[in-house]
Amino acid sequence: MNVVICVKQIPDPAAPGELDPNTNNLKRDSKLIMDDSDSYGVEMGLQLAESSGGGEVTLVSMAPNSETSGLRTALAMGAGKALLISDEALAGSDALSTAKVLAATIKKAQPDLIIAATESSDGYTGTTPVQLAEILGLPAVTFAKKISVEGSSIKVERQTEAGYDEVSCPLPAVVTVTAGVVEPRYPNFKGIMAAKSKPVEEFKVSDLGLSADEVGNTGARQVVFEVIAAEARQAGEKIVDEGEAHKDIISFLEKLKLI
Amino acid sequence: MSISKIWVLAETADSKPTSITLELLTFARGLNATVEAIGWGEGAESAAAEIGNFGATAFNVVTDVNDSLPGVPVAGAIANAVSSGNGPDLLLIGATYDGRDIAARLSAKLNLPVLTNVTGLEQSGEGIIAHHSIFGGTQIAKTKFTTDSTPQIFVVRAKTFTAEAAGGAAATVNTLTAGDLGAVNAAKIVSRHVEERSGPKLDEADVVVSGGRGLSDKANYSLIEELAKLLKGAPGASRAIVDAGWVPYSYQVGQTGKTVKPTVYLACGISGATQHLVGMKNAKNIIAINKDPEAPIFSVADLGIVGDAQKVLPKLIEELKARA
Ligand SMILES: Cc1cc2nc3c(=O)[nH]c(=O)nc-3n(C[C@H](O)[C@H](O)[C@H](O)COP(=O)(O)OP(=O)(O)OC[C@H]3O[C@@H](n4cnc5c(N)ncnc54)[C@H](O)[C@@H]3O)c2cc1C
Ligand SMILES: Nc1ncnc2c1ncn2[C@@H]1O[C@H](COP(=O)(O)O)[C@@H](O)[C@H]1O
Repeated sequence: MNVVICVKQIPDPAAPGELDPNTNNLKRDSKLIMDDSDSYGVEMGLQLAESSGGGEVTLVSMAPNSETSGLRTALAMGAGKALLISDEALAGSDALSTAKVLAATIKKAQPDLIIAATESSDGYTGTTPVQLAEILGLPAVTFAKKISVEGSSIKVERQTEAGYDEVSCPLPAVVTVTAGVVEPRYPNFKGIMAAKSKPVEEFKVSDLGLSADEVGNTGARQVVFEVIAAEARQAGEKIVDEGEAHKDIISFLEKLKLI
Repeated sequence: MSISKIWVLAETADSKPTSITLELLTFARGLNATVEAIGWGEGAESAAAEIGNFGATAFNVVTDVNDSLPGVPVAGAIANAVSSGNGPDLLLIGATYDGRDIAARLSAKLNLPVLTNVTGLEQSGEGIIAHHSIFGGTQIAKTKFTTDSTPQIFVVRAKTFTAEAAGGAAATVNTLTAGDLGAVNAAKIVSRHVEERSGPKLDEADVVVSGGRGLSDKANYSLIEELAKLLKGAPGASRAIVDAGWVPYSYQVGQTGKTVKPTVYLACGISGATQHLVGMKNAKNIIAINKDPEAPIFSVADLGIVGDAQKVLPKLIEELKARA
């Protein structure tokens, strides 16, 4: 089974985010890393490819400045190769433009299964994977907690408000996985060394049969036109627990007539 | 751009409209336009009275969803309405599991952009402006579409608006169909599982008790569940313990989880990272227990307890039990 895994490369979330004051786009000029949210998809993809008797595991990423450091992490975990789309024309792309780019690239890999995260850590629109499924004419199962391959279809436990639904879906299909459902492996030394020579094939927008105005700021058809400060909240009383602080909580709840 | 017809995605649970549905209807009826709801599923019509009560004149029900995941057929039925000239100018969708699927499918199908993670909407001379809470809720980004194509699709987070009934008559039920959608519609629900989660839903509860990594161990999360139960509230979590697999994703509060606005939010062993704060800092009251006096959670807490949650919680539970 051939698996494609979407891997978004993002600025280190530990560093505070910043908007470009001219464009109001999120600044992405620092070194990028693999979005943690995608590490679950990478692990899941590797496990499913193994359990179904092998096959290619290909990463797909759209990122500025030919960035590969996040991809190398996923290659070090065990993925075989990567497809990267990097083009100045992509700056300011919205989720739908991103989906168009990813879809056109993914087609090249002819996958049976496409895995993405339910939402990215920096953009978190959560729409890209289903948009790309629609563009590819594929079914999608979102918010997967568990995936198993059964012949030419998959069984997925999909998170719901009430619990989960068991969903059956023929392949090829797109699945989005929630965080915490598998334990992403740490790349070992051998993996890290091997990743350095694994192929990363790079594409431009024009290689994908897309026009420049379908992507980037023009393709987005939406703008951030203003950023303002939000109302701040004031801190209240702070008590150091000497063994009786639970009583302060009780009287606080009593005042609110909650108990 | 003038807006004359609004559709609100109406999700139902046990034949009742969900709270996000009522919140969106309440906002929609404040705009000078026809407000209708769009929903699906067997028995959905029984929500028509309540949907009307919150301001929709019609309830369009997609009748051929059957055992499909709703994303594809509901988007398909909306697209059919749009192509026959009966679609809305504005489509308001809750940021829920199915809502996001529907918005994404429709966006790609109609080649229309979507604005997601909306935490406020306002009407201006130039059309609808969306607000997005960014950088842990410290700033608000205002966005708008630069195209006049319709429908304009907004995916709105829960608790952005306060639901208030308008006292309208039951909405007229119309039926819509998706038709045969082929391969994209191949994902089928085989069975549904309801996880034991007694008490109110996380984003509707009056009291939310959340736990974080400061609980040290998965087993200690039972303290959170027990306290939530005693306070007739819902248990919640920081992402750290969701990622660690202690509790499911549905428990997560914050930027990439649920937004909650309870009367009281109790944060136990949670540091108060900006991505957590954005999901709960609009609670009416916040109580925090954290052993680090410098923890950022204290900057938003009305009552801050500097202490060990693993010591304070059992005592609090004892005391509440003694009173029951
Ligand atoms: C893009 C992005 C999106 C994110 N989205 C979310 C989100 O939606 N929701 C979310 O919650 N997080 C989110 N995060 C993660 C967030 O940044 C934090 O990592 C997370 O909230 C930390 O969880 P925590 O407070 O449980 O753990 P920690 O930050 O590790 O804090 C544990 C706290 O417990 C205290 N503590 C330790 N022992 C005790 C004890 N015995 N008693 C009392 N206190 C104790 C410590 O002092 C510390 O303050 C996101 C991060 C990113 C980058
Ligand atoms: N630029 C990108 N490159 C690769 N994958 C992406 C990209 N953008 C989004 N994705 C995938 O789609 C998921 C959802 O993204 P988003 O719609 O931004 O929340 C991400 O977690 C990734 O798995």
